[in-house]
Amino acid sequence: MNIDYSQEAPAIAGRLSLAEIEELVARPLDTKPDRKYFIALSISGSLLLIGAVCLAFSFYYGIGLWGNNQPVGWAVPIVNFVFWVGIGHAGTLISAILFLLRQKWRTGIARFAEAMTIFAVMCAGIFPVIHTGRPWLAGYLLPYPNQHSLWVNFTSPLLWDVFAVSTYFTVSLVFWYIGLIPDFATLRDRTTSKIKKTIYSLFSLGWRHSSRHWQHYEKAYMLLAGFATPLVLSVHTIVSFDFAVSILPGWHTTIFPPYFVAGAIFSGFAMVVTVLVFVRKIFNLENIITMDHLEKMNKVILATGMMVGYAYGMEFFIAWYSGVQAEQFVFINRAFGPYAWAYWIMVSCNVIFPQLFWFRKFRRSIPVMIVIVILVNVGMWFERFVITVTSLHRDFLPSSWAYYTPTIFDMGILLGSFGLFFTLVILFTKSLPVVSISEVKAVAEGAQPTHHGGHHE
Amino acid sequence: MNKRLFGIAALFKTPDEIIRAAKKTAEAGYQKYDVHSPYPVHGIDRAMKLKPSKLGFITLVFGLTGSALALLLMYWTMSVDYPMIIGGKPFFALPAFIPVTFEVTVLLATLATVIGMITFFFRFPENDHPLHDTEYMKKVSRDHFGVVIEASDKHFDESKVREFLNSLHPISLEEIYYSEKETYPVLEPKFVTLLILVALVTSGVTYFSLNKLLYMQPFTWMMEQPKLNPQQPSTLFADGFGMRTPVQGTVARGFLPYPYMGQNNPTEVLQNPFLPTKENLKLGEAKYLTFCSPCHGNFGDGDSRLRGQFPNPPSLHSSRAREFSDGMIYHIITNGQNIMPSYASQITREERWAIVNYIRVLQRAKNAKSSDLQVVNKETGNNASN
Repeated sequence: MNIDYSQEAPAIAGRLSLAEIEELVARPLDTKPDRKYFIALSISGSLLLIGAVCLAFSFYYGIGLWGNNQPVGWAVPIVNFVFWVGIGHAGTLISAILFLLRQKWRTGIARFAEAMTIFAVMCAGIFPVIHTGRPWLAGYLLPYPNQHSLWVNFTSPLLWDVFAVSTYFTVSLVFWYIGLIPDFATLRDRTTSKIKKTIYSLFSLGWRHSSRHWQHYEKAYMLLAGFATPLVLSVHTIVSFDFAVSILPGWHTTIFPPYFVAGAIFSGFAMVVTVLVFVRKIFNLENIITMDHLEKMNKVILATGMMVGYAYGMEFFIAWYSGVQAEQFVFINRAFGPYAWAYWIMVSCNVIFPQLFWFRKFRRSIPVMIVIVILVNVGMWFERFVITVTSLHRDFLPSSWAYYTPTIFDMGILLGSFGLFFTLVILFTKSLPVVSISEVKAVAEGAQPTHHGGHHE
Repeated sequence: MNKRLFGIAALFKTPDEIIRAAKKTAEAGYQKYDVHSPYPVHGIDRAMKLKPSKLGFITLVFGLTGSALALLLMYWTMSVDYPMIIGGKPFFALPAFIPVTFEVTVLLATLATVIGMITFFFRFPENDHPLHDTEYMKKVSRDHFGVVIEASDKHFDESKVREFLNSLHPISLEEIYYSEKETYPVLEPKFVTLLILVALVTSGVTYFSLNKLLYMQPFTWMMEQPKLNPQQPSTLFADGFGMRTPVQGTVARGFLPYPYMGQNNPTEVLQNPFLPTKENLKLGEAKYLTFCSPCHGNFGDGDSRLRGQFPNPPSLHSSRAREFSDGMIYHIITNGQNIMPSYASQITREERWAIVNYIRVLQRAKNAKSSDLQVVNKETGNNASN
């Protein structure tokens, strides 16, 4: 790891010493949670409870409680799945791709983004499983020798999805845990509580900051980043195959894989910014998660937003250029049919509003940033809604055309997934270091030898 | 109590100092030493003269194993064990197998790299290492850097090592000892009790979920539908029957009631609606052989195959039978006559008329004149009898 970072702007502001960094990051773990914490936890817990109640009803009475019906068989549950998997793409992108690109600024946000990835994939995983109607039989999704002597269909994109999402979750979790090991050791060595020490010792596995270990550790981190990079691109590509491999106009498009990946990064970064803006304020991490970092993320949001906008335009172009009547009908129906309101919410939130980020003043303004990233989150949910519902609701048989509306249970489960996500995020902020202590120490000023360890001699 | 020395540790404050110290230690010929820092210091591996990490080989081997296993599994299941044509693809549809192959490769490579590193390269978990809980470890964990020269090194000599480390101008020196008595926390009764408890709870919950819970509502609702099961009374109706009696006067499709039931000779109004085509006669023959021939004989001679268990029926070639109108024969089949029961429930209307046509054929064949033969010969082109 012989990276010359000397030419770049400092990754952390305020000339913090190594001990100060550690204090700053570990303080939330040492103090008792305050009232505000419990208020936030109770709000997210209530949302989670709403979702749990709606799910219990759905299991007891069956998924007829949802709005899904012919011809819209894939509706809000699949929209939510794609939405959450998309959110989950920022973490691995930041921790793996930016790592390979030697982006030093990633250190301050990587841990949090990785955690959000894991929580978002957990939220996403709920939806395809409950969409089967009998989630307790989800084991049939895996290929195992069974008494029916049946195997799963390895040529089906839905099966690829099972492999992609479960691999992504496992690899993200392992990646996250590997990053946490040195921090667990640091926490173990600084804590005075016996219980905490036991827990931290257990998870640190006995890490002792040995340079002989650091050498393998950095190698492993690079190998994992090398694998996670194609993985993160493959996951949303495969999610897009769920649509693109079908022969439905509006879904059957070769632009879907790159379009979905760009959208995933777009929505994931928006969610990371949404949460980080609050976290850096509440936990006084402004020097570690600096305005420069937020500005860089806003630039990524602008770039990916433009890619998504390009895809929207290209879909219409291809519909016209292909000369396929059914395709043309779907796209005209999308923009001017009964779901035009959803389409224009999507376009304005995803393409128009992020254009404000061309201006440096807006990129560095917290209130503007919050409004835009929340709009982007809304817009990206509607993107999946538009893709899924508008392509289905007017099929080839006009007599079966219908207007799909989600029921209160659909919406309750969506709220519940937000509840689950934010509950996990809130618990995470108080139980684990939200910033990688060892990585931030390594990029602090004066943390690396001035003459580069003599290997130029 | 004689404490056993693990090694001597020296602490430093800056990364520059630790690089120098590491280099000097390596140059002094020590093998069993280690450098500790709160984060990876650039260039420390060169200063320590460490060989490049061989971790990548584990990744390579297990990654390739993952690809091979995934492809083999998919080949075997989709082409050998249960071959099935799906979407017109070949049994071994390589392009469609790529996504799963890739995912399994990444999964196996990642897990093997991490598990291999932790267990094989680090020999973790190792929470009883002598360095743990020392002042030295607390410092290097935070913002210091340190070198430890271990007592097991073959050049180790306590005073010489002290002298050497002091020459590097450290902040402090610390002697690290092995802990006085060896403990095996794994064998502590508390821990063993916990393990047993966890095992009991896990197996109990698993047993309950798989053998009891899944046979309760709502998991069984697919089994317990309010429908009529074979050999079971219906739960929907008070009388326990699944089928209801139709409303009075209901007529099933294709089952128009026969208005002349029980009458003797209503035949004037009955007209044969079917022409004796080849198909119609074939149908009539089949139905005649099934339903009529047991008593009337294969050719309508009245030679029952029932060996006298029933009175023999009359021949269909009697002049009376030959003079019956088509409607009369139809009526007899539908209504029955003397001991012959009604065949209305077994033979459909169309089939009955086909039988009538076939009987006409039999009558004609059995009572043929030589002039008929000439007609036949003319039609078939056979002039042998001329």
